[in-house]
Amino acid sequence: MTILDLPRPSFSHRTSRWISRNLIRIYAVLAFIYLFIPVAYTFVFSFNDSGKSNLVWQGFTLDNWRNPCGAPQVCTAVVNSLQIGLISTVLATILGTMIAFAIGRHKFKGRSSTNLLIFLPMATPEVVLGASLLAMFLNLRINPGFWTIVIAHVMFCISFVVVTVKARIASLDPRLEQAAMDLYANERETFRYVTLPLVMPGIAGAALLAFSLSFDDFIITNFNSGIESTFPKFVYVSAARGIPAQANVIGSAMFFIALIIVIVGQAVSRRRGRK
Amino acid sequence: MAGQKVAQDTGDLVLNRVSKFYGDFRAVDDLSLTIPDGSFFALLGPSGCGKTTTLRMIAGLEEPTSGTINIGNTDITTQKPYRRNVNTVFQNYALFPHLTIFENVAFGLRRRGIKDVKSEVDKALALVELGHLAERKPSQLSGGQQQRIAVARAIVNKPEVLLLDEPLGALDLKLRRQMQIELKRIQIEVGITFIHVTHDQEEAMTMADTIAVMNQGKIEQLGSATELYESPKTAFVANFLGQCNLIKAKVQSRVGGKAVVSAKGLNFEIPLTRVSTDSDSILMGIRPEKLRLDDNGINSIKDCVVTDRSFVGTSTQYLVRTPWDLELVVFEQNDEGLHDLRVGDKVSLEWDPEHTFGLDGSQDVNAGADLDDDE
Amino acid sequence: MAFLHTATSSATGPRSGLRSRSWTPYLLLAPGLIWLITFFIFPILSLASTSTMVRPDGAQIGTYVQEFRLANYIDAFQANQEQYIRSFVYAGIATILALAIAYPLAYMIAFKSGKYRNILLVLVVAPFFTSFLLRTVAWTQILGDEGPIVQTLKLLPFVGDSMRLTSTPFAVVSGLTYNFLPFMTLPLYASLERIDPRTLEAAGDLYANGLTTFRKVTVPLSMPGVVAGTLLTFIPAAGDYVNAAILGSPSTKMIGNVIESRFFAVVDYPTAAALSFTLMATILILVTLYIRRSGTDELV
Repeated sequence: MTILDLPRPSFSHRTSRWISRNLIRIYAVLAFIYLFIPVAYTFVFSFNDSGKSNLVWQGFTLDNWRNPCGAPQVCTAVVNSLQIGLISTVLATILGTMIAFAIGRHKFKGRSSTNLLIFLPMATPEVVLGASLLAMFLNLRINPGFWTIVIAHVMFCISFVVVTVKARIASLDPRLEQAAMDLYANERETFRYVTLPLVMPGIAGAALLAFSLSFDDFIITNFNSGIESTFPKFVYVSAARGIPAQANVIGSAMFFIALIIVIVGQAVSRRRGRK
Repeated sequence: MAGQKVAQDTGDLVLNRVSKFYGDFRAVDDLSLTIPDGSFFALLGPSGCGKTTTLRMIAGLEEPTSGTINIGNTDITTQKPYRRNVNTVFQNYALFPHLTIFENVAFGLRRRGIKDVKSEVDKALALVELGHLAERKPSQLSGGQQQRIAVARAIVNKPEVLLLDEPLGALDLKLRRQMQIELKRIQIEVGITFIHVTHDQEEAMTMADTIAVMNQGKIEQLGSATELYESPKTAFVANFLGQCNLIKAKVQSRVGGKAVVSAKGLNFEIPLTRVSTDSDSILMGIRPEKLRLDDNGINSIKDCVVTDRSFVGTSTQYLVRTPWDLELVVFEQNDEGLHDLRVGDKVSLEWDPEHTFGLDGSQDVNAGADLDDDE
Repeated sequence: MAFLHTATSSATGPRSGLRSRSWTPYLLLAPGLIWLITFFIFPILSLASTSTMVRPDGAQIGTYVQEFRLANYIDAFQANQEQYIRSFVYAGIATILALAIAYPLAYMIAFKSGKYRNILLVLVVAPFFTSFLLRTVAWTQILGDEGPIVQTLKLLPFVGDSMRLTSTPFAVVSGLTYNFLPFMTLPLYASLERIDPRTLEAAGDLYANGLTTFRKVTVPLSMPGVVAGTLLTFIPAAGDYVNAAILGSPSTKMIGNVIESRFFAVVDYPTAAALSFTLMATILILVTLYIRRSGTDELV
């Protein structure tokens, strides 16, 4: 008997073997489809020739993309969200990075209390964060508006920045800083030429995280914004009557921009590692 | 602000009664040491003996609990590392991953405000023969190449003292041997004091002019490789460098330059200069390659039995059991006169008195033997 | 010349050797911690104090007087027991569903993705670049009466004509599950990715088949990820109200909805505050019990 004489497995047998081996990959494909359904829907309906109410498909048009500010409240809301996002990101990143360095590179009393204080906002439901902040503002007779939103956003973003940057700092080999000092760099120069450049990717990641948390936040913002409009708030309020297609345009655009940023970022870090 | 101009000072490196305590733990215990300018010095010992801590104190990365460190006339005990004219080659190289090789090597020069770094960097890279890699990043280099760049980065600053913290540990055997020769060559060429920390006794013996064997924060013995090997002063040193046979014995007399000692009813002769203790209870030591499988020497043990045999190419290693059930290690060179014994053969051992040494008998016979390598 | 110097690092053994001036860390911590204390701790304390206030009879809506009335809590709980329990049930179901969906996905990316790993990780997070509200609203359309899913389901014989998916608990729970999927997937992935594949090979070498290896080796080693993921999903889900508002109906109200309406619609701050604290306290208790059972102490 040579190997050519052995019976070949039947087609159905081979198929079922292929399926069982790749079951998990098939599952993953289905899972990804599930993840992207609403995104796809949003994208498709951004082309809807809908007028005010984007509930039923009425026809394909590029008008919404050509004129995203056609529904005026959309652009006001987006601009607000962007401004709030930018300011909150800068503040939260600075404050959070400072805390991360204190925790990661220094000894001090009260370390575990600090860790707890950082952890608590992340473990508190947004309703409670938003409601309590609003209660305080009302008690102080401060009217909620643009700056109360910024205050709230910075507050809940700090923890995320700390966690992200702290992780990056922890992965840093302390011997690199020792080597720098061995090579005539004092504390300030060591920080500037060695520590900071190496921690920077973590800080950048934290900033991106803070921005996306801020831009997309609804619950805390809703409590503390008064009459000020942000993009998520606008969507919520107009959900009942039908969201203008321009909002879909913004949403889809955000998706693509973010996707491009991430892909470019990955390519850059891969190139930097290789060069 | 450019790094402060470092005080130029030629001279010996002197550690005077340096100690480093961590709570109750004595990492370095009252250590005094003089390392002559321009020598290749090794700190040898098992992991945890304090050699790395000592090195870090010289570098300024740790501060002594007590004692002083001087280079020539300058007291550097409390100086920050960036003020000292001392550079370190770290165990894992610690090359800056975000800088090119060129910038890594130039780092120290730039911090000191030196304008023209290119010629110095090029010279240093040429010394380690890696000039063609100047624009790469450390992650693109092999372990051996990274190690040489770490050396170049330190040497380019022309320090008084160059510290090497087990730099060859991560390299494979062949590369390690190559680098040992390389480092020795570089040291001779630039004439800087090298202090090399290692747990590998072969490495220390190959490279260093002077070796200090450390154990539990103290120096056990200081000397050249030959001195330490042929005339160890403690059981730890005897066992740590190579292999050693130690036999408990009692001094019977010290007359005419000779000590006569007895063990198990047999008498042996040791030159008095090679007995490093006044006590009457001693450990008599003989290196395995000094034992001969014959019975007509001054020092001899008859009626032994071969219990194990290993042929390792250059020699045959025997385990031989004495009539009182002590196992001795014997190396026989693989040349003419080969005895070619088998397990179970009866054999006698003999050796010259000049090859014997006598150590204080109160020590642990196994001190320094079979210590696990810490990697 | 003997030189005495007090040891800097004591029982912790050799540290990196970097010593800092003692006030640097406090300077670094101060701004951020002050912000958190001012805008997180104080508000919470303020909320606590509001929770025991009472509106005096005949006073204008929105004015309250501090009377330390602890019965506020009991009143609030009893009036909203249903929504309260419903929140935890929905959050619990959503967490379990998210775990069931995310685990195989995370497993696949960790072990079977080859060179596509980074792309897949990006794809897991990518949908969430679109606004969370837009996505939830999209689900109302997709699950809507005119949408493809309901239309297809109505073709089945046992489905009545009045069948609907929106404004049902099903829709709310699906919304919750969907929206918190990345919070579940990423920690799971991180934990699975850390498992040395040689551990799994060793299990096979020791006579474990695929299923046994998974049960006895993979799952226990991925527990830190499971704990982190379930916490990151359950806690926000319990307090959510957006999904219930958009995808649900008055009968699917969660405690978050009640708090929001108490605040804005009814202007009954003490009740809203009491409910908030009850929510927080319950979450804290559940989380503590959960963590103690699974034995993970390092969360941050």
